[in-house]
Amino acid sequence: MKSIETKQEYLDYVDKKSPNSPILKNCFNAFWVGGLICSIGQIIFDFCAFKGLDQTSCSTVVSIVLIGIAALLTGLNIFNKIGKFAGAGSLVPITGFANSIVSPAIEYKSEGYVMGVGGKMFTVAGPVLVFGISASVIVGIIATFFV
Amino acid sequence: MDFFQSIDWMQLLRCFVVGGLICIIGQILIDKTKLTSARILVIFVTTGVILGGLGIYQYLIDFAGCGATVPLLGFGANLAKGAIQEVQTSGLLGAFIGGVKASAGGIAAAIFFGYIASLIAKPKIKKQ
Repeated sequence: MKSIETKQEYLDYVDKKSPNSPILKNCFNAFWVGGLICSIGQIIFDFCAFKGLDQTSCSTVVSIVLIGIAALLTGLNIFNKIGKFAGAGSLVPITGFANSIVSPAIEYKSEGYVMGVGGKMFTVAGPVLVFGISASVIVGIIATFFV
Repeated sequence: MDFFQSIDWMQLLRCFVVGGLICIIGQILIDKTKLTSARILVIFVTTGVILGGLGIYQYLIDFAGCGATVPLLGFGANLAKGAIQEVQTSGLLGAFIGGVKASAGGIAAAIFFGYIASLIAKPKIKKQ
């Protein structure tokens, strides 16, 4: 075997050796699991609408219920198994946001309930909220010029 | 039961397909780029805010319902929608209030349920 000298050669070597992730299969699993999570949300939405709630409240209930379920499943270590199978299918829906809060919190539980759980909860969710909320403030400021 | 008769199956199918397609975009980002999942979540939320701010995302919500609102794009779009609506009623102040107000339910639920769930969970021992 010829020796590896440059960085590029090394990268090529890694690419050759690392297993090809079966992208089509991953996409298929992401598609139906993601679709299913959204459909569960839609059924909850329809049920709230059926009970006479307005649209905004229905959406909020859907978020709260899905986040609650995802947090519970993460706590029971079931969500990680779904995540391994579905990839983005469970990451991209709001369930992934809940999971991103709970899993670091569990991991750092040994550091205590205040700085461990309370602090590390936001290792992933923090950036999401920072960028999401900041962007919404910018949108709001721009919107003031058009009102 | 009346509720099951009231379900719009075509709406549910559109929701399934659109929600699934948005997840495929995420899956392609995971497989084809070296982005971490945190970055992907940030990209989705920020894109959602931009699309929501431009008013494009509302068309997708009208079409697919929860297929558009449940993915994180919808979370972002909701932040933007809240900010714009609040600006219309209370001016510049609304830019700072509206976004979080509109998604307060989700954020509070995530923090509350997240904390409770981590209390009941046992940290898993890493296998060597």
